[in-house]
Amino acid sequence: MRFSKRAAVAAAGIAVALVASGCGNGGGSGSTTKASKNVEVFTWWADGGEKAGLDGLVSQFNTDCSQFKFVNGAIAGGAGANAKQVLASRLQQGQAPDTFQAHAGAELSDYINAGQIEDLSSEYKDWGLTTAFPKGLIDSLTINGKIYSVPANIHRANVIWTNKTVLANAGITTVPTTLPDFFTALDTLKAKGVQTPLALGKDWTEEMLFEAVLISDLGAEKFTGLWNGKTSWTGADVTQGINDYKKLLTYTNKDRDTFDWTDAEKLVMESKAGFQLMGDWEAADLDAKGFKDYGYSAFPGNGTAYQWLADSFVLPKGAKNPDGTKCWLKTVGGAAGQKAFNTKKGSIPARTDANPTDYPTYQQAAMADWKTDTPVPSCPHGSACSQGWQGAVNSAQGKFSSDGDVAGLQKALDAAAKQFAKK
Amino acid sequence: MTTSSATLTSVRARRRRGRSTHGRVRHWGPGLILLSPSLILLAVFVYGLIAWTTKLSVSDQHTALKSNGFVGLKNYVDLFTNDINDRFMHSLKNLLIFTVAFMLGTFLLGVVWALLLERGTRGEGLFRAIYLFPMAVSFVASGVVWRWLMNSGTGDQAGGINRIFGDLHLGFLENSWWTNAHWGMAAMAMPAIWQLSGYVMALFLAGFRGIPAELREAAQVDGANVYQLYRYVLFPQLTPTALSVMIILGHMSMKMFDLIMSVSGAQWITEVPAVYVWQTLLTSDYAKAAAISIVLLLLVAIVIVPYLIYNSRVERRS
Amino acid sequence: MTSTSTVTPPPTALPGRVAGQRSPNRPALNRRSPAGRAVTYALLLVFILVVLMPAYVLIVTSFKSGRDIGVNGQWSLPAHWTVASWNKAWIALGPSFARTFELAIPVALISSLLGSANGFVLSRWRFPGADVVFTLILFGMFIPYQAVMIPLRQVVQTIGLPSGIPTLIFAHCVYGIPICTLIFRNYYATIVPVEIIEAARVDGAGLLRTFASIILPISIPGFVVTIIWQFTSAWNDYLFAIFLSNTSNGPITIALNALAGAQSPDYAASMAGALIASLPTLIVYIVLGRWFIGGLMAGSVKS
Repeated sequence: MRFSKRAAVAAAGIAVALVASGCGNGGGSGSTTKASKNVEVFTWWADGGEKAGLDGLVSQFNTDCSQFKFVNGAIAGGAGANAKQVLASRLQQGQAPDTFQAHAGAELSDYINAGQIEDLSSEYKDWGLTTAFPKGLIDSLTINGKIYSVPANIHRANVIWTNKTVLANAGITTVPTTLPDFFTALDTLKAKGVQTPLALGKDWTEEMLFEAVLISDLGAEKFTGLWNGKTSWTGADVTQGINDYKKLLTYTNKDRDTFDWTDAEKLVMESKAGFQLMGDWEAADLDAKGFKDYGYSAFPGNGTAYQWLADSFVLPKGAKNPDGTKCWLKTVGGAAGQKAFNTKKGSIPARTDANPTDYPTYQQAAMADWKTDTPVPSCPHGSACSQGWQGAVNSAQGKFSSDGDVAGLQKALDAAAKQFAKK
Repeated sequence: MTTSSATLTSVRARRRRGRSTHGRVRHWGPGLILLSPSLILLAVFVYGLIAWTTKLSVSDQHTALKSNGFVGLKNYVDLFTNDINDRFMHSLKNLLIFTVAFMLGTFLLGVVWALLLERGTRGEGLFRAIYLFPMAVSFVASGVVWRWLMNSGTGDQAGGINRIFGDLHLGFLENSWWTNAHWGMAAMAMPAIWQLSGYVMALFLAGFRGIPAELREAAQVDGANVYQLYRYVLFPQLTPTALSVMIILGHMSMKMFDLIMSVSGAQWITEVPAVYVWQTLLTSDYAKAAAISIVLLLLVAIVIVPYLIYNSRVERRS
Repeated sequence: MTSTSTVTPPPTALPGRVAGQRSPNRPALNRRSPAGRAVTYALLLVFILVVLMPAYVLIVTSFKSGRDIGVNGQWSLPAHWTVASWNKAWIALGPSFARTFELAIPVALISSLLGSANGFVLSRWRFPGADVVFTLILFGMFIPYQAVMIPLRQVVQTIGLPSGIPTLIFAHCVYGIPICTLIFRNYYATIVPVEIIEAARVDGAGLLRTFASIILPISIPGFVVTIIWQFTSAWNDYLFAIFLSNTSNGPITIALNALAGAQSPDYAASMAGALIASLPTLIVYIVLGRWFIGGLMAGSVKS
């Protein structure tokens, strides 16, 4: 029984080497590492009008920054539901893309507070962006005197979309402007045999509808107060809002929890639904899909409240190609880039120097409204609340969608506000 | 006791005779060295990292920023008593429903298939292969098709399986599948049952094939009927197989993540702890995510550790 | 087998109950009556239909074009057969398809080698505390990987492993050690006659030489089982992939989820993608499956 210790040591060494070499084998496969020309742009714009907008921006980028190569890092899913998860994972892996899409406002501050994105204040000066954007927007992008992202657009979230034919067939000639009128219209549709008077999707789209109802019941100022601690979540007016929202749910499709916003949109396009609440990216998406028979107006009872959100792009810490990223950001903030993007995306340009006549009908109306309306923020789209808050709210809406527990929803929303609102 | 394990025992007995300490070291030393890289890797990457996660779970690192204050069991207490909407308890309840449906369904189908095949059916190989093939498919891929099959629309909007029910005039069977607030998780188990029943069948077939023919022959001589044969002779022989199957299915079920992410995405109705961890990490709440992970680990450990100890004992005895 | 997050011990994973191999018995007892046989076959066929139903949907839908996928005619054959969806899926999955081979093949080979070395040692050399060590190794197989994932991500960054495939190879190899060790340990305890090793010892062959020249050549069936096992778990894994890689450097499950998890997924392309993502593991099953099942059965046969 003679065992060579040397052999055993060698064996151990080989085992380790195997693991090591195996790990080295795949080294050549990392496509992200080799090309310094690449600018990977991370968005959730993968389909329809959103994709068209991104494509417009990319063609402008290819002109302005021909020394760099655009790499599409889009992860589909409405409101970035999937993309934000992937992004969080990548940032935690230290694998930041060269730039990513982030909603202006509280959501952006998540990344700033975590030290994940770079200060762009000096670039703002160099590119003359400080005066190009409206002051209110600049304020919501600024943290401690520094600006961290370049906004591409302004969207409006509280828009009700209609199928004109469905409404006309039911004898509805004017789009309701108050909640009671809205319920009447929905009842009419139901009586006329429209399967789904109001089309709806899953958690974050439910939250959008709910917020629109809250704006109607609370008014713009009190609604904004919900997110900055000035309005209580436990008030009777919020209870009223939840009850109204619960009543609205009875007019919606039962399989809403399996739907993204585009599935709900499809119900409108196929004349199976009369109404849908969605942000104004729907205008571009309907155009891109060739559906013309749609109408739009502010959500009933919202009056002149303009629930805004802005997509912006950032320079992540540790981006592999910061020069390329900066060129992208410059394109995003530039007049030509904003035009190429927003004419297709359904949003209005964040810049104040845009010419309305360059834009489709919907955006022309929106640009006029934006100048005069009262801005209110949106939670699912990051202008009102942080990602942690969004997660808690989405989860609470998911629960409410399945059990309709009014007191439970109010308690959960109040708890979420207490946990996540800035102290 | 079989021939080979009998031999093993006698060899071990032989080895034990007359060996000095030095001889023993010489004997197992090289083997231990060969084993050591793996042992070190596992010590670090299994036990070391579990310890790290445990440390995170008792800290107050609720953002991406470093903060390592020690808060004791607060994160755990919060999970059970102070989570918004009792979200964690809800995820545990979902997990329980999923686990029961998944284990029962997989076990029953697997046993039935094994029973149908165990007596040597013509074309057994083909049947076996077809029943087993879903196991080769990833949960992500099967989620694609099951998401389509479990379309929750009904009536004119019916799709997937509901459509078939409708066409067969079985409209009353149409249901909302995983979107059902109470039993949705049982529907979520269907793809998993589809994927793993064949595996359970293979395990039981192996079990049946392992039962010595003499036992059946003896039962025949004793005049046992089919029911008695299975009930009193064959099934008792399969108890260890059944135990293993339960352990395997149970721990798989508790870790279920891919399938749910693929069918429904992360959302309230279908949230289980493994998905909740992911959702919590999204907002960089490391401490809470770690606490959920450790609870999940403990749940698995409660089932697995006794089983491993039991096996270790059985082995030592043999 | 279906994913690494659910690494499952094959039937050999019944420590303590392994024993000699037996040829499958086909007892004369209870031969089914003709009626009984008819019922058996009828049941088997019904189950086949149920099991194949999702496969039918996958294949049929993948050859439909976008507008063919309405509510009506969902279950019927395509009105117009087209490979457009396959093209679309291939464009989305192609790069990650190649990467997944770079992941799964090294994982299968390295894990199997490690497993066979460990299994050989643990089945033959009973050092003090071997049982405890073995039990501790086994536990690594059952842990929910969430319990290690958060620090694991930091550790691989700290030691500088390139993100994506290299990191995933490392993770799958490490966390695949328990299952491969178990399979080989049971295999060697069951199959390899002790006399062979004893004879080698008398010859004075060293441990490594015994292993390389005597054990490895007779380990093919064990290798088939672990290679299939590790290949499929690495191929099908989603949990490690989503934590340790991304769409630009990760395996096919990530790309498939990005394709299929989209808003209003293109079901035709998603299903073509699901088929593309499943083909390699299915082929492995079809080509090696006979030995795989044989190996599973041989290893788990109980006295």
